[in-house]
Amino acid sequence: MHNLQDRFHPGSAQEHFDPMSHVVPIRMYVTIWAALMIFTGLTVFAATVELHVFNIVLALLIATIKGTLVALFFMHLRYSTKLTMVTVIAAIFFLFILFGLSMTDYLTRAWLTNTIH
Amino acid sequence: MATSDIQVAEHALQHHFADMEQQQETSTFGMWMFLLTEIMFFGGLFCAYLVYRASYYQAFVEGSQKMNIWLGATNTAVLICSSLSMALGVRAAQMGKPKLMAILLLITMVFGFGFLGIKGIEYHEHWVHHEFPGPNFHFETGDPAHPATDPQHTQIYFSLYWAMTGLHAFHMIIGIGLVLWIMIAGLMGAFTPSYFTPVENVGLYWHFVDLVWIYLFPLLYLISKKHGG
Amino acid sequence: MATAVQSVERENYLNSNYGIKSWLLTSDHKRIAMLYLISITAMFWIGGFFAMLIRLELLTPAGDLVSSDTYNKLFTMHGIIMVFFFLIPSVPAVIGNFVIPLMIGAKDLAFPRINLLSWYIYMAGAITAIVAMVTGGVDTGWTFYTPFSTTYSNTHVIGAAIGIFIAGFSSIFTGLNFIVTIHRMRAPGMTWRRLPLFCWSNYAAALIMVLGTPVVAITLLLVALERAFNIGVFNPQLGGDPLLFQHLFWFYSHPAVYIMILPGMGVISEIIACFSRKRVFGYEFVALASIAIAVLGFLVWAHHMFVAGISVYAALVFSLLSYLVAIPSAVKVFNWTATLYKGSIRYETPMLYAFGFIGLFTVGGLTGVFLASLGIDVHVTDTYFVVAHFHYVMVGGMVMAYMAGLHFWWPKISGRMYPEAWAKLSALLVFVGFNTTFFPQFILGYMGSPRRYHAYPPEFQVLNVLSTAGASILAVGYVLPMIYFLWSLRYGELAPPNPWNAVGLEWMTPSPPPTHNFDETPIVTWEAYDYEHQPQEEVSVGH
Repeated sequence: MHNLQDRFHPGSAQEHFDPMSHVVPIRMYVTIWAALMIFTGLTVFAATVELHVFNIVLALLIATIKGTLVALFFMHLRYSTKLTMVTVIAAIFFLFILFGLSMTDYLTRAWLTNTIH
Repeated sequence: MATSDIQVAEHALQHHFADMEQQQETSTFGMWMFLLTEIMFFGGLFCAYLVYRASYYQAFVEGSQKMNIWLGATNTAVLICSSLSMALGVRAAQMGKPKLMAILLLITMVFGFGFLGIKGIEYHEHWVHHEFPGPNFHFETGDPAHPATDPQHTQIYFSLYWAMTGLHAFHMIIGIGLVLWIMIAGLMGAFTPSYFTPVENVGLYWHFVDLVWIYLFPLLYLISKKHGG
Repeated sequence: MATAVQSVERENYLNSNYGIKSWLLTSDHKRIAMLYLISITAMFWIGGFFAMLIRLELLTPAGDLVSSDTYNKLFTMHGIIMVFFFLIPSVPAVIGNFVIPLMIGAKDLAFPRINLLSWYIYMAGAITAIVAMVTGGVDTGWTFYTPFSTTYSNTHVIGAAIGIFIAGFSSIFTGLNFIVTIHRMRAPGMTWRRLPLFCWSNYAAALIMVLGTPVVAITLLLVALERAFNIGVFNPQLGGDPLLFQHLFWFYSHPAVYIMILPGMGVISEIIACFSRKRVFGYEFVALASIAIAVLGFLVWAHHMFVAGISVYAALVFSLLSYLVAIPSAVKVFNWTATLYKGSIRYETPMLYAFGFIGLFTVGGLTGVFLASLGIDVHVTDTYFVVAHFHYVMVGGMVMAYMAGLHFWWPKISGRMYPEAWAKLSALLVFVGFNTTFFPQFILGYMGSPRRYHAYPPEFQVLNVLSTAGASILAVGYVLPMIYFLWSLRYGELAPPNPWNAVGLEWMTPSPPPTHNFDETPIVTWEAYDYEHQPQEEVSVGH
């Protein structure tokens, strides 16, 4: 209630509104950049080794690590509100519903014919 | 906060918001909601990819062997570098350094054009080898010992390859336009440490497009062990 | 009439400035709502015109009025216009746009210019689709099933698909705007637990808009690309799977029926509470049921594909999940009826429409449960049973709710009262006409009459004549409000700020509201639908 009141009285809100609070040191950005480059090298190297099905598993694992780093640090997700975090999780959740429920069809389509023959 | 800052901030405050904090948080949240719709937009294509890859694995492997992994990896690196310069550009805007921001955004755009150039080289390669889906599509593995097992489904791989990378490239072009816009606006003094939301949001968009490529690269280029390449 | 003559008319959103430019470049949510009202009404009549031609053709068993090709185009264009250009934007973009900022005590939506942009995008999509129809039409059905749409149809599929693709972005931006607005623009004290249920249900619909619409957009783009360049994504001749199209299409288009019905349910909650003078029974459950419907709606899409050739195991899963949607829907219906219990009910026009909604939606919803069960679905798929089912939900539910909402908020929108007697007559005509049109179709479908044919065996004629006769009554029921709403703009009695003695912030500002909605930002200290504690005389916040 107090915060809601504040929002409509710019004078009092101005004091605790500090857009400078999220300035991330350059060193952090460079570290993330370096990690992303190393992971890119790693994923290319992994593609030269025969791992059968694990080639793609490893590649996607590395991609997910890289993506998480980009989202958390470059996109400041780490410093964002819970609401932003929920937005991202919702997107991933519904994306996996699309993937998962579509695959219930494709993965089981052959079952019936297999049991008959 | 300097007087001019306050003036810019007051000018930037739209009538229906109570203060800058509400306005800034609202537009950032709006941008994330937009990115959510973008995730679902690409998601339809990723779903098609998943379904067909699960069904026609070998055809997809053969198609992916045609990808130039070095150009793909270089492009990944180019995009990661562009993301760094973008992040530093947003930081410069945050700290009230418009000239530094402009330089960093210019570098970002150069990387962006570099990405599109390399992508263009790859597209050209595929085009001359008839690896564009449609009536002229023709697919050979290039290895007489192992002829193409399932060229029809390899064509689906290429349909998805062109659709996914094409949509991504389209987003890159939009992104370069947006970066140019905030670069000019920044040089004209539109942003201050208390008002730089457009820079932040364009940054979010740019990083998102980078993030999509981070997934496209392994899914399209690195399906299995590379032969020759 | 006209006893309350005001010497100086108060400044409001309608008279603050004049001229076509002040409307076309407005960023005021209330004016944008009016732009939507006009364009959506036009689309409703175009879609209705196609429906009348369909019903005329079906008056006789022989296919004599139009050829089968023309008939295919008629039902396709009826479906496309009604689904994408009327039902989906109707309540959110017109009523939601107008009242959500008022209900939460905000000056406008979070992104007013994006709101205007979404109207322009809507118009661009509508014009593209209409051009495709005028220049030859489309005959794929509104669902664009492949491979017919990508390979075999000789009609303007690309134009229509691109029109819907464009209009999809209008829907995405409206949804995005609503979500951000409801999160970030609420007045002090307007907590989530005090939020009117109309906002809750529009929030839930907006979730579907932002999560689902992008998927159908990319899918229709792929259809257009496949058709234009002959690339193979869905074409079985090129190794594609046409069922993948159906999966992607229904991932959006099934939840889309909840985009249509949820905002309508919100309207009904407002009206039931107001005209029973009671708080909505189980407010929290009704609110959360909206969110539950939105989420569960994403888990059930393949029940449209039971006979299409999907895996029978997947069909079992989807059938089971489809039943779950009945739970939150039933929660709403039971809670509305519980609200009526021992209420001081007033039979004003919006309430009559709301009663119609509850009854017809219940019929539509329960027949939906039939269709979710695998065995019955196989029997009635692609028959008039399905047609009757979704018209009970869409027309009997959604359009009734839209009409209820228009009557309820018309005094606020226009500052004028509509003629009550005529309005009651129209509500009656719509209810009678609707049931006469669509109830016979349940029987037709159960007897096996397939949908989408322009001819039928003579033994089905009685029911079809009944249906066409009902459609004529229904048409009169829809023409009447159009006439008296326009009439009321000039001759209607001036509306007080709160003609229904309702609670809710939108009634605490003058009718029509000033451009900035409230003279001072309201501070909310009461729960929603606080009718029990409402003072006899309404106190207006404005001065």
